[in-house]
Amino acid sequence: MTLYTKIRAAAFAAGIGLAAIAAPALADEQHFPLQSYRVGPYAAGGTGFFGGFIDYLNLINTRDGGVNGVKLTWSEAETQYEVERGVEAYERLKSNQGIAAWNPLSVGIAYAMIDRITQDKVPLITINHGRTDSTDGRVFPYVFPLLLNPYSETSGIVNYIASKEGGLESLKGKKIVVLYHGSPYGKETIPIYELLAEKYGFELQQIEVPHPGNEQQSQWLTIRRAKPDYVVLRGWGVMNPVALKTAAKTGFPVDHIIGNVWSNSEEDVIPAGDAAKGYTAITTQASGAEYPVVKEIVKTVYDAGKGNLEDKNRIGSVYHNLGIVNGILNVEAVRIAQEKFGKRTLTGDEVRWGFEHLQLDPARVEALGAKDLFHSINVTWDNHEGNGYVTFQQWDGKKWNVVSDWIAPDWALLRPIIEKSSEAYAAEKGIKLRTAEDAEAATN
Amino acid sequence: MAEFDWLFFTEVLIGGLLSGVMYSLVAIGFVLIYKTSGVLNFSQGALLLFAALTFVSLVEKGVPFAAAFAITFAAMVVIGVAIERTVLRPLTNKPPITLFMATLGLSYIIEGAAQLIWGTQVHGLDLGIEDIPFDVGGVFISQFDIFAAVVAASMVGALSAFFRYTRIGLGFRAVADDQFAALAVGLKLPWIWASVWAAAGLVALVAGLLWGARLGVQFSLSLVVLKALPVLVLGGFDSILGAIVGGLLVGASEKLAEVYIGDYFGGGIEGWFAYVVALAFLLIRPSGLFGQKLVERV
Repeated sequence: MTLYTKIRAAAFAAGIGLAAIAAPALADEQHFPLQSYRVGPYAAGGTGFFGGFIDYLNLINTRDGGVNGVKLTWSEAETQYEVERGVEAYERLKSNQGIAAWNPLSVGIAYAMIDRITQDKVPLITINHGRTDSTDGRVFPYVFPLLLNPYSETSGIVNYIASKEGGLESLKGKKIVVLYHGSPYGKETIPIYELLAEKYGFELQQIEVPHPGNEQQSQWLTIRRAKPDYVVLRGWGVMNPVALKTAAKTGFPVDHIIGNVWSNSEEDVIPAGDAAKGYTAITTQASGAEYPVVKEIVKTVYDAGKGNLEDKNRIGSVYHNLGIVNGILNVEAVRIAQEKFGKRTLTGDEVRWGFEHLQLDPARVEALGAKDLFHSINVTWDNHEGNGYVTFQQWDGKKWNVVSDWIAPDWALLRPIIEKSSEAYAAEKGIKLRTAEDAEAATN
Repeated sequence: MAEFDWLFFTEVLIGGLLSGVMYSLVAIGFVLIYKTSGVLNFSQGALLLFAALTFVSLVEKGVPFAAAFAITFAAMVVIGVAIERTVLRPLTNKPPITLFMATLGLSYIIEGAAQLIWGTQVHGLDLGIEDIPFDVGGVFISQFDIFAAVVAASMVGALSAFFRYTRIGLGFRAVADDQFAALAVGLKLPWIWASVWAAAGLVALVAGLLWGARLGVQFSLSLVVLKALPVLVLGGFDSILGAIVGGLLVGASEKLAEVYIGDYFGGGIEGWFAYVVALAFLLIRPSGLFGQKLVERV
């Protein structure tokens, strides 16, 4: 060994030693990679939802020092709601340590990630959206359409219309038009509406609006000619205010339009102005800033200058509250998983176990400061939706007002349909159906 | 056999024609730029978004309507001049595809800048025009659409008069006909280009306000360019009259197609039907209905 080599080896060894001394012990952290969209056509929804999610994570860190001492961290990558960017963001962010779950808030990005996250064994959360049959945890162990899948949403809307008409039997002979966005998201509920129409005897017409939906004259003239009793608006983005404005323009009464869960935000009604007054839409979470958890976020996060929303007027808006509820569900899944696996950084598979035991009854929801913000959730290893309840809110020109009790979709009716679809998917992909025993084991 | 419902047909047709006027408003902005510089300005949609977003943000901050309009127009002039100085002038004599790509890049920059300055929130825009339909013999006609049609007609009239009777307008036409000849007689090309970009900015502002009142002022406004492209193919890229006629044809045909043959294709066809019409027309008459036929010696 030459002198030069010795010096170099010594320097290298010293370097390692110094690095070992200098580097802090790896802190217990749980990471949330966020494929957010803060610019582009759907930025209003993205900033609200991801803002609420981050605000809640911030609240847990600031108020509680994390979940049992495990700090929550997150990183963001912009997707502009585009699938290819979402996948690219996934590839970029997946190298983060201690990933708890993915929350892309995009049907397209979620679809593109299913095989990847299944291989990585990390949960994919598609709150209020996603593919309906991913509710079946036997086939989709890592996908969680929490609170509301599209079929439950459909059932909830039909049940609400029935309640206005005097019961499900009163639907016979009624006419319902579904105006849907011309995308996989919009078309997801076509078969279930057909099935419910057949079951309850109402006449059904489903009309597509081409993306992005900024022209709907012909669709609404067709609706006017059809003279339906109700129109269900299954829109997204600009399609929603244009639908409400065009309905007014063609003389269709706004109080007979029922919006779906992606047609229920302030961004959908404010641009429509007076045309939106009286419009009703389904939701899984109420809007407003009067709930204790939202007040705590204001006090602990915003008053400390750490709030994520630029415009404080949006605190308590539909998307912001959805983000907060999503934060609660993610954090509680981690907390539940920690009870079993230890108060440390968990693997994705361990967090999956946490989601599969995410049972928050109304008392626990109240303890979390979210009473009346959302109802409850009861996720199991084979039911990844968790039987979320829905409510309906009406726009008065300034704010949403809740106009119904919490309504349960017809889960018993929907489950066999979901299983039929998921089993077909499993057969196509050669997936072996998981059992309760399989689900109990988690990789660490 | 059920009797054909002529009343409904008339309603769809009128609705389509009035929608077509809205497309024309966007198309006119393209025509102005193309007429004088031969550039297909893809950033027209982004300019429209920027104008509407600036206007509505000023109004929401308490600036009176007229002042907000004037400030926004001034901003559009500044942007127009800046584009001419920093993008078009350095690219003079470059192939048309280079200029087109430059405007494509510009559209992303303007969209990004608009959201950076004014945020991503969706805004409502009330121009004070009631959008309650009135009944004409059983046919519902939108008051707002009639208002938009009147604005479009006034704008076409004003622009036509401007091109025909004013010194600057004649300068525009001279540049449109032959840039080298215009230079030879002493016309200042950069100044004319900057002026025409400012005029396109005004068109973008008016179109942005009308479309913004219809859709809400939000990012999707920039997507209305997709409605203008088939209009330009039909009417011709360099004819204001063509933009109007093209808009009417596109509006009426897509609405009638959606209602009467949409079901055969599973519905939702109006998004692409206009392009089918434009493509078919392109094969028959490449320069459009009113476009200038170019003959080149080789």
